[in-house]
Amino acid sequence: MSGIGFLSRNRAIVALFLVLTFAGCASKKTLPNNAADLGLTANGAVPGSQQDFTQNVGDKIFFNTDSAVIRPDAAVILNKQVQWLNQYPNRVVTIEGHADERGTREYNLALGARRAAATREYLISRGLATSRVKTLSFGKERPVAVCDDISCWSQNRRAVTLLGGAGS
Amino acid sequence: MHLIYRTFDASKWVLMLMFVMVLSSIKPSFAVVEIDINQANIEPLPIAVIDFVSSDPAGKQISDVVEADLARSGLFNPVKKAAFIQKITDPNATPRFADWQVINAQALVTGLVSREADGRLKVEFRLWDVFAGQQLIGQRLFAKSENWRRLAHIVADAIYERLTGEKGYFDTRVVFVSESGPKTDRVKQLAIMDQDGANLKTLTNGNDLVLTPRFSPSKQEITYMSFEGGQPRVYLLQLETGQRELVGNFPGMTFSPRFSPDGQKVIMSLQEGGNANIYTMDLRSRRTTRLTNTAAIDTSPSYSPDGSQIVFESDRGGRQQLYVMDANGGNQRRISFGSGSYSTPVWSPRGDLIAFTKRAGGKFSIGVMKTDGSRERILTTGFHNEGPTWAPNGRVLMFFRQPAGAGGPQLTSIDLTGYNEQRIATPNFASDPAWSPLLE
Repeated sequence: MSGIGFLSRNRAIVALFLVLTFAGCASKKTLPNNAADLGLTANGAVPGSQQDFTQNVGDKIFFNTDSAVIRPDAAVILNKQVQWLNQYPNRVVTIEGHADERGTREYNLALGARRAAATREYLISRGLATSRVKTLSFGKERPVAVCDDISCWSQNRRAVTLLGGAGS
Repeated sequence: MHLIYRTFDASKWVLMLMFVMVLSSIKPSFAVVEIDINQANIEPLPIAVIDFVSSDPAGKQISDVVEADLARSGLFNPVKKAAFIQKITDPNATPRFADWQVINAQALVTGLVSREADGRLKVEFRLWDVFAGQQLIGQRLFAKSENWRRLAHIVADAIYERLTGEKGYFDTRVVFVSESGPKTDRVKQLAIMDQDGANLKTLTNGNDLVLTPRFSPSKQEITYMSFEGGQPRVYLLQLETGQRELVGNFPGMTFSPRFSPDGQKVIMSLQEGGNANIYTMDLRSRRTTRLTNTAAIDTSPSYSPDGSQIVFESDRGGRQQLYVMDANGGNQRRISFGSGSYSTPVWSPRGDLIAFTKRAGGKFSIGVMKTDGSRERILTTGFHNEGPTWAPNGRVLMFFRQPAGAGGPQLTSIDLTGYNEQRIATPNFASDPAWSPLLE
């Protein structure tokens, strides 16, 4: 469950830690002082990591109420996801589909799955191999934003692309 | 769990009843006290429940639980003990009815609690019609002392049944999802408790997200959904042994499970890409059967009590609406036509009504309608009410209510008339209640 995101996030942190450690050991006198010297992207992420993906591509897209239609702003992000994944052909992803709290539990499980499926279909339509994309729905069980108004609920209607292979 | 349940037949009571009958015959009006529970917002019946006579603390504990059950039903109004005139020390003697008439107690419950040589508790109780001067019930019950609350619930059920003409529902349990931690990372555990919130026990450790537990109609077993191993699937859990079992081997997420009325099948949704369809799995043959096949979300299936029909929700027409089909999947027809969307239908154990969650105008309501969709009645409306479950007598519904913002859900019960909302206190947030059948 939340372990999937946690693991892949942690993998990035572990990788970053190793890079920093080795960099530190190798050159004690001339410490590199910018991201490029460390082999990192401009904002400090290890290329190919979940952090790189999240920060430099965008791991989340949002949906309208009760809808699983890929919006134009979401398509821009998904196109970038495909480009990025083309650079790392051994990477597989899991799409986590989520719903806001303004629905019933069972329906929202299916709605989250429908959003994840729509996202998967879009990525495949842009050339990603079907074997590289799995899906998982959390329904309304894992909101990122807690509040009681429309602006906030919209942040919870999302599909998140995670590097890793759980789901079905 | 061993309970012996039988009625007095001591000959001296026959004599006393005859005496009462002679007395009654010279009264001008003689109507046995009873409650018509089909009337909305009835005046609760004043009832006096004495502290059951005992040298054991269990005496008062049992009568307190009896009184609390009756009060929470909304149909009874216990008379304050400070108002009692007669102090009953011998519950086997006929009460001084005049003393109870003066304080306007319509009914009186007396009782005696003692211990058998083997340590079992014995409860002898009587229900009296104060104004008719008549005994309505006299029963003697035994149970192991750890089951003292069940004894009390059985006494309360007997009183409820005698005075309302309907089966009681106090000797039942509720399985639900106990929720703790922040909303963005809620820990959810299956838990079970008596219908009044006592004897709470958690059934899962909280490592896996678990949802929608439902009772077997015939066994100490529940079906529920778990995200164990990152694969959301329907499981069975034996309450006595703790043994768990995966239901079927489907290629996608299975969810929204419920038993058939004979307990032999689990009906549930299977996610297939963007669509969800309804399947059954026979628990003996392991055979799976597809019942719906639409490019839509079909979920929340619930059988009619005779097993011949299934109500479910579907967004095949755009928004979520309620549909009924034959048990083999045939003859699918929409039954909800009101404004808004309808979900989580549950067929009443009496067979006459379907309870549901309705979403309209930014509010979430709990309501009931006839099984053909007519005569919709909303029982409660608010920011978020969801997921009704029926008490086994079909008179009371329990559901969960969620406030806006960072708070969490809590369980509430409501009478079928729409009156008598009662919060069920739980130590943590609670959702997805499912009522058990009457215990054996």
